[in-house]
Amino acid sequence: MKEKSIAGRRFRDLLVRGLACLAAVIGIAFLAWILYVVMAHGLGAINWDFFTERPAPPGMEGGGMGSAIVGTLVLTGLAMLIGVPIGLLAGVYLAEFGGHTRLGECVRFTTNMLMGTPSIIIGVFVYIIMVVPMKNFSGYAGAVSLAIIMLPVVTRTTEDMLQLVPSALRESALALGAPRWKVTLGVVFRAAKNGLITGILLAVARVSGETAPLLFTALNSPYWLSSLNEPTGNLTVTIFNYAMSPYPDWQAMAWGASFLITAGVLSATVFTRSLLWFRSHR
Amino acid sequence: MELQRQKNFDPVFRWLATLCGALVVLMVAGIFWELVEGSQLSLHKFGVGFIFSQAWNPVKEDFGAASSIYGTLVSTAIAMFLAVPLSLIIALFLVELAPPWLSRIVGAAIELLAAIPSIIFGMWGLFVFAPFMADYVQPFLADVPGGPLFSGVKMGIGMLTAGIILALMILPYITSVTRDIFLMVPAVVKESAYGMGSTTWEVSRKVTIPYGIQGIVGACFLGLARAIGETMAVTFVIGNRHEISASLFSAGNSIASTLANEFTEAAEPIYLSSLVELGLVLFGVTFLLQLLAQWWLKRTKRKMGVA
Repeated sequence: MKEKSIAGRRFRDLLVRGLACLAAVIGIAFLAWILYVVMAHGLGAINWDFFTERPAPPGMEGGGMGSAIVGTLVLTGLAMLIGVPIGLLAGVYLAEFGGHTRLGECVRFTTNMLMGTPSIIIGVFVYIIMVVPMKNFSGYAGAVSLAIIMLPVVTRTTEDMLQLVPSALRESALALGAPRWKVTLGVVFRAAKNGLITGILLAVARVSGETAPLLFTALNSPYWLSSLNEPTGNLTVTIFNYAMSPYPDWQAMAWGASFLITAGVLSATVFTRSLLWFRSHR
Repeated sequence: MELQRQKNFDPVFRWLATLCGALVVLMVAGIFWELVEGSQLSLHKFGVGFIFSQAWNPVKEDFGAASSIYGTLVSTAIAMFLAVPLSLIIALFLVELAPPWLSRIVGAAIELLAAIPSIIFGMWGLFVFAPFMADYVQPFLADVPGGPLFSGVKMGIGMLTAGIILALMILPYITSVTRDIFLMVPAVVKESAYGMGSTTWEVSRKVTIPYGIQGIVGACFLGLARAIGETMAVTFVIGNRHEISASLFSAGNSIASTLANEFTEAAEPIYLSSLVELGLVLFGVTFLLQLLAQWWLKRTKRKMGVA
């Protein structure tokens, strides 16, 4: 066996240590770069009108993203109303009822698959099942595609969180004669409340920055929301359209919207993560 | 009496939960079914040749997936080539080198990278990173002897830029799974190697990495599946051109970017159907990759749990 010199081994070790530190720095540097750019470009576009006005045609002074902000909020809210109850119940099914049955295995497997499905595919799917039959792009279709993306995230965290609840708790409640649904909703859910809320928040944060599934479902619109049965303005598709446009003032607006989205999504994520972290380290 | 009435609701609740579970299964089956159904027209007209044809002519109604598939493969390959080693070494840093407090901060920052919406990567990529590539990176690479790879107009946007941004986007996923795998290596095994006088790098290379290699492979599959389906960031920077070119500087397209750009413009049924078939190809590939990754990771975890 060839003997390697101690000095050579030490040197190689030091080299790798240096490379590892460098890699970590590279990762963080890119994060910082992106955040800095979004802030530097975006803050300038934000003013009062940005929140209260609707988009102006290119070249015109003023205008804002008010209608798109409302649209994004409504779409995300509606997606929550659809996705969260179904996701919670599917999670309940996995954790409480059929987790070990063949159907349960199947549900768990497809949940993971759905989680990894590219969001643009969800957009195509909803286009086929909703936009084509209804013959127009609509806020409903947009909300449904966001809900489908939310669904597996909520299901997975619900199952994980419910399984952390000790079964002694369930058994005691059942022994007192409580019906199963009350045990689940009143006892198990209460014990897992914080975990469930973080799961839902993470899902909402993820969905509120999504663009691809809205491109051909909700489409976009420069007008204030009047009905969900027509194309609905939203921040992310507006960013896409404006960024691709040749007008500097539209591009500036796109940066402002980018800042808003990034700030919203990141603060929601950081908030929920720190919540999780504090609870596990108390 | 009251209690009995409440108990009557039990089967309803159970069925409701089961229904919601079944809905997820139905959804995935539905996606598959609708995509197959929607691409019938194009499947019949172009057959298997669709995958190999470079044509993309909405006027003549002649479509082929080759350039989109090529772009997806090349941008993903660049992303994997950059992201895998970087993630591995960052995971090593987090587990073996950094003190706990630093590891926590760096780990959180890397995870934050995963939370940034795709479209923000696109904005940054198009307006900041692409010009940076054109001004600094591409002139430098053009001097490197790389044959046709690094030739062509230095526009900034194109395959290479898309690949680098994709690498950044999948980095956090691979890093966090790899870190978890490294943490599962029993301390005793590592300590024995240290006890023999090994350096940190030797322990990593000869103990930690071989021990977790299967898990790392699974993590890479997960990253791969994510990169292949990534849409907005790629759409912003890849250039959207239906041509195959050997140069990494040239503009191209990917399946996802073609869908994002052209789906709402597709007026003719055959155009739409071809796009849906592209979606079917993408769905099929990510599905298979996910399947492989999950099966592989499950097997690995079981093995490591026993060991």
